[in-house]
Amino acid sequence: MREKSTTLYLGPQHPGITGNMMVKLQLEGDTIVKATTHVGYLHRAFEKLIERRNWMQSTTILCRFCVPEPDPPEAAFALAVEQIEGREVPERGQYLRSLVLELARLQSFMLWYAGQSGSAGLYTVGQWSVGDRNYVLDLFEELTGGRIYHMYIWPGGVRRDIPEGFEDKVLRTMDYIEKRIDDYDRMMFDSAIFQKRAQGVGVITKEKAMEWGVVGAPLRGCGIGHDVRKDNPYDAYDKLDFEMGIFEGGDVWARARVRQFEIRQTISMIRQLIQNLPSGDYLNKMPNPMKWTIPAGSAYGKVESVRGEFGFHVVSDGSDKPRRAHARGPAYVHGVSLLEDVLVGENLADVSFIMNSLGVCPPEIER
Amino acid sequence: MSFFDLKGFVRPLTGISQFGKNPHTKRMDVLGQDTADRYRGFHYNDLQDCIGCGNCSTICMNEAIDMVELAAEFNIKEEKGNSGLRPRVDYGRCCWCALCVDVCPTGSLNLTKEYNYVSPDANSFLWTPGVDNPYGKDQLSFTSNNETSLMVFNRVPMRELDGAERVKSFAEVVLGYNEEEARAEASRCISCGLCTEVCPDHMHIPEYINAIAKGNDEDALKIIYDNNPLPEMCGKVCTRRCEDVCAIAVRGEAVAIRWLKRYATERAQTADLIKEIVNPEIKEANGYKVGIIGAGPSGLTAAYYLALRGFDVTVFEAKKFAGGMTMYGIPKYRLPMESLDKQIGYLQKIGVKIEFNTRVGTDITFDEIYKKNDAVFIGIGFEKPWKLGLEGEDLENSIPAVEYLRLINNEESFDVGKKVVVIGGGNVAIDGARVSARYGADVTILYRRRVQDMPADWEEIEGAEDEGVHIHPQAIPVRIIADESGKKVKAIEYIEAKMVAEEGARPRPVPIEGSNKIIEVDTIIGAIGQEADYSFISEEYVDKIDLNRGRIVTNDQQQTSDPKVFAGGDAVNRTADAISAIADGFRAVKGIEAMLLKNKK
Repeated sequence: MREKSTTLYLGPQHPGITGNMMVKLQLEGDTIVKATTHVGYLHRAFEKLIERRNWMQSTTILCRFCVPEPDPPEAAFALAVEQIEGREVPERGQYLRSLVLELARLQSFMLWYAGQSGSAGLYTVGQWSVGDRNYVLDLFEELTGGRIYHMYIWPGGVRRDIPEGFEDKVLRTMDYIEKRIDDYDRMMFDSAIFQKRAQGVGVITKEKAMEWGVVGAPLRGCGIGHDVRKDNPYDAYDKLDFEMGIFEGGDVWARARVRQFEIRQTISMIRQLIQNLPSGDYLNKMPNPMKWTIPAGSAYGKVESVRGEFGFHVVSDGSDKPRRAHARGPAYVHGVSLLEDVLVGENLADVSFIMNSLGVCPPEIER
Repeated sequence: MSFFDLKGFVRPLTGISQFGKNPHTKRMDVLGQDTADRYRGFHYNDLQDCIGCGNCSTICMNEAIDMVELAAEFNIKEEKGNSGLRPRVDYGRCCWCALCVDVCPTGSLNLTKEYNYVSPDANSFLWTPGVDNPYGKDQLSFTSNNETSLMVFNRVPMRELDGAERVKSFAEVVLGYNEEEARAEASRCISCGLCTEVCPDHMHIPEYINAIAKGNDEDALKIIYDNNPLPEMCGKVCTRRCEDVCAIAVRGEAVAIRWLKRYATERAQTADLIKEIVNPEIKEANGYKVGIIGAGPSGLTAAYYLALRGFDVTVFEAKKFAGGMTMYGIPKYRLPMESLDKQIGYLQKIGVKIEFNTRVGTDITFDEIYKKNDAVFIGIGFEKPWKLGLEGEDLENSIPAVEYLRLINNEESFDVGKKVVVIGGGNVAIDGARVSARYGADVTILYRRRVQDMPADWEEIEGAEDEGVHIHPQAIPVRIIADESGKKVKAIEYIEAKMVAEEGARPRPVPIEGSNKIIEVDTIIGAIGQEADYSFISEEYVDKIDLNRGRIVTNDQQQTSDPKVFAGGDAVNRTADAISAIADGFRAVKGIEAMLLKNKK
């Protein structure tokens, strides 16, 4: 007797899964009939923990929302707190924030190169881009003291000023990476294998994207231009010259093209930020963190992470601790409801491929 | 796209160009393999600079830091301004956020470049930074300075009358914080509690500062009245040893603990309001009577807390007003009359009875007080000034400072003339000088040692200089010269001194031969110290009460060698300040309570 359908558990430990989560697949042959996501392997109760910490202590847990790109949660939280408190950020602080956010975006793109090409079987690009990503991490280490978790963006500005000679090092690193991206493109985007794997796979229609609240590269890959940096500029983004990458198609190929376009925009932005870095204070210092209270109120701070719009709703009751802090990350939409839907009808071999193109970060789902 | 995509096949082959190149795991250019200058690795703590305030432990959200005692060989002991504890880090919990570094008030705790440690022993991941990695001193990376630290090192400045304005009247010099200033100043405190340890009275400093920072001024007042019944006086004139040990003062300006107390107490503007806010629980009368001699800080403290505990308390005061030295010794520009009236008015409302103008020994005998009461508390203070021991000291217009201040505070007059010389370097000398300046005199202070050796508060010294007082250090008076009539002072002769270092002691002034100088003066005010006058104690009791070098000997509950007699204040302790006197009074309450209520059982 031949079995008609198979149930397959992909993850939680699987190199093709972005982080620790599981997708339960029902297959007929190689074709997916039904996909169910299972999350909960990473639950650390960030939001509850924040309620128990004072405002300063809260800032150091935010980076754990997403390992590949730890800065947007810090920035969104800071923006929300600043809105409630009415704390101004000095211009230099704004520039340094944008710089860190763009550097984080850059290294996150390079990790994406590895994931996207690796899941299509093109391992060379991944080896290169992760190796080159280390140069960006070196910059982070010099600026913030940490390679992955930076704990650098604080309400009121940033934690430390840039070290001596940092601007030069950033510009040199950008020159190097810009050259290398051309190599990646030849290996990945020009490859017939990648093109054939990506085109027409994991399609999201425009209507569905709008209806489900898809954001970031997946949305722009559907031909819809939405970017928080353009629509609601924060920090120094209103002073930067950059374009959104908008591509039609809604498939993995279109999403990859968006990122291919935007990594170059990011490099250009980093150069602009370094070249126009104003002098002055980098931090509008908060009072003694042990007695720092924020007036009662609530605010929503949002930033554009590499996966899409990331927001923090922060509520203060006037005490020294947040009453509630709720994170809204793109991964919840992209990694649970959208993924379950998009996978239906696709090939088993494309699951990780599609997942990588959506930008799913499980800790962001399990807040 | 055609079936065979030539371009898509060939272009990826360009990757071969990378063949044989160096691997990508090396750091970009100059850095070599070393970590960055700001790297957040393991901690290092400078054990000598650290004061054990525990702020690192408080901020650590992972509870990775706890404060531990070190082995004896490190010679870190509990002392003033040092808890004797040092942080220990659990690297199973630490997340290397380095908030501990940014909140370390002394800057002793830093992170190093070291980040690699492997061991199969889980317990070995508990490190006491500085003890377990003494070599860390040379690997410091993530550090904090006054700019990057999260501590607020600058005090909210206190508004004051300016020097020229001050000397015109006895108006209070210090204007006090307003609400906004007080909140900002209170929020600088890190609640480490080092101050509580050195406060003679162990006031609940972090607690009331916290209440002020949160905007609960009434709570602050309640907390303050828990063990200090004259807080507004302390808020204005306390010697504030708490501020000397403030953790913030290591790298910045101490939290203005005194001014914050002053702020909290000034919120209640009348005695009735204090009673309404503090609203203390007064226990039912227990039938015991306590007689208190002297309505100074120690006597009033004992009286207040005994009254709250149900004792029948009577205070005998020789003078017209209560307050002791704080009333008669401290000039009104530092402690206005209304402030004292308000505080003493509150004590009276609680049930403290004060018999004014009743000098024990003349108006009532010690014997009578001793027999009519179940316990006696002696808080007589140091009233009798020391003699200068100079020729011509007893001339008219040569007056001891305490006597001079008493006259002025009692609104009696004393004409100091145009030129005044004050002898001494303590707070009393400065008070005498600043009061004289308010009467338009040209004032010179003669002091044996250097300015930095003066026991007076630096704020007082600065205040005096602002008001035009001339301080002449290293000047030893030799004799006072009388005028032609032989009755009045005409001039004073002094000799200049040089400081000679002495082993194991502070430098000693030695007169320079032949440097004698004479200045003409109208008044000489001597302020070189006081002592107690025990003549009121009748003979049969004198022998029972042990004295040592002019001070009454007591145990730790202020009980003298006569079990029924307790004592406190200047007559007992050497520190001779109001807060020590209050502490004595508070301890005596516990002693009296223990003695009397134990007998009852």
